[in-house]
Amino acid sequence: MSNWTRFVETFLNTTVMRRYLPDILAGVAVTIELALLVVVTGIAAGLALALLRSLGIRPLNWLIVGVVDLFRSLPPLVVIVLIYFGLPSVDLSPSGFVSTWLSLALVLMAFAEEIFWAGITSVAKGQWEAARSTGLSFGQALVSVVLPQALRLTIPPLTNRTIAITKGTALGSVVAVTEILGQASSAMSNSYNPSPLMLGAAAYLVLFFPVVVAGRWVETRFAWKR
Amino acid sequence: MIQTFFNPEIIAASWPIVLAGLRNTVLLSLLVVPLGLIGGLILALLATVKAPAVRWALMAWVDFFRAFPPLVLLILLFAGLPFAGLELGGFVCVAIAFFLNTGAYYGEILRAGIDSVPAGQLEAARSTGLSRLQALTWVVLPQAVRNVLPDLLSNTLEVVKLTALGSVVAAPELLYQARQAQSLTYSPTPIVVAAIIYFLMLWPVVRLLSRLENRALAAR
Repeated sequence: MSNWTRFVETFLNTTVMRRYLPDILAGVAVTIELALLVVVTGIAAGLALALLRSLGIRPLNWLIVGVVDLFRSLPPLVVIVLIYFGLPSVDLSPSGFVSTWLSLALVLMAFAEEIFWAGITSVAKGQWEAARSTGLSFGQALVSVVLPQALRLTIPPLTNRTIAITKGTALGSVVAVTEILGQASSAMSNSYNPSPLMLGAAAYLVLFFPVVVAGRWVETRFAWKR
Repeated sequence: MIQTFFNPEIIAASWPIVLAGLRNTVLLSLLVVPLGLIGGLILALLATVKAPAVRWALMAWVDFFRAFPPLVLLILLFAGLPFAGLELGGFVCVAIAFFLNTGAYYGEILRAGIDSVPAGQLEAARSTGLSRLQALTWVVLPQAVRNVLPDLLSNTLEVVKLTALGSVVAAPELLYQARQAQSLTYSPTPIVVAAIIYFLMLWPVVRLLSRLENRALAAR
């Protein structure tokens, strides 16, 4: 047997791949579900914090900055492990899925808040004053004048950060979430063959490569004008 | 609550284990940050070659590793390669995975930095008789690095945080050691301690980044 056929037999074994394809596809569904949950809740929470911060209530802002700094400093895997292995000690036992979702959403929330806040503060003060002087309330000025300008600036950095954090769904495999990597790893140990892992790796590429390319497009489309 | 999450006796008992982890995390970071920078520098210098084939190949390379979760790459090296008769330790796998993954990110940042230096700089340097590589090294790169320093720092922060992945392949870094201590003591305290250490170690960097970003915005 030549080296090449042995390589194919080992790493790209079609029999093994066919057997575990349904498992990997189930993993893809879990990864997509987890990713969408993280993106929606993380960005929404980040925007909510940035809006709260714009109210300018001192003690509240310290609290927000503290929470944001905390989740920007901690590695996402540490947060996941902390929630999954720590909370059962106080009789809360979140599943691996919930732990991963919560952790990644908190991390994305922190980064999104920073980016939204940077966008809001980058809108010139005159815009606020002009909007208020036309009789708009604080909320109206924020929603109709400041946010539309701020959000445009936040799109490129937010896109990049969101993609990076969404890839973190693979961390769920550490706490027994049956997403792609989790499925691929257990299939590998069941079959004594790395082909399912190759299949899983391919699934990640199919899933994320278009997202990265789209992100590149978004980055140039909404680039910060210097 | 304190008895569970911040038990003084357990902290004392697990301190040596956690401390050894901290030392390895620092060592690992000192290894993988320069490795990633070298990988990125190679990519960014290659990107100054304007041949379309090179540009497309580089973009595909960078996007490939940006699309690939680092943990998947790590597992592929750690659990996949032994089937090809290549058994690398956890530390070596982490080093290779980081060279590839974070190299792609550093490469993008450095490329943007080089793009931000006006072409006249390279032309002027070349006209004084410097070779292309000399001009890039001594004239373009220093300006490029200065222009993207906040991004480089931000990526370095992410790289240090990423070393926690080493725990999955039994590299005895901070998170791995804390989990070992956790299973020895049946208490989440060591993980809380590890989290506090990460926070104390990286918080100053996060603060500095916030200030740099605010200054960049104010200058716009």
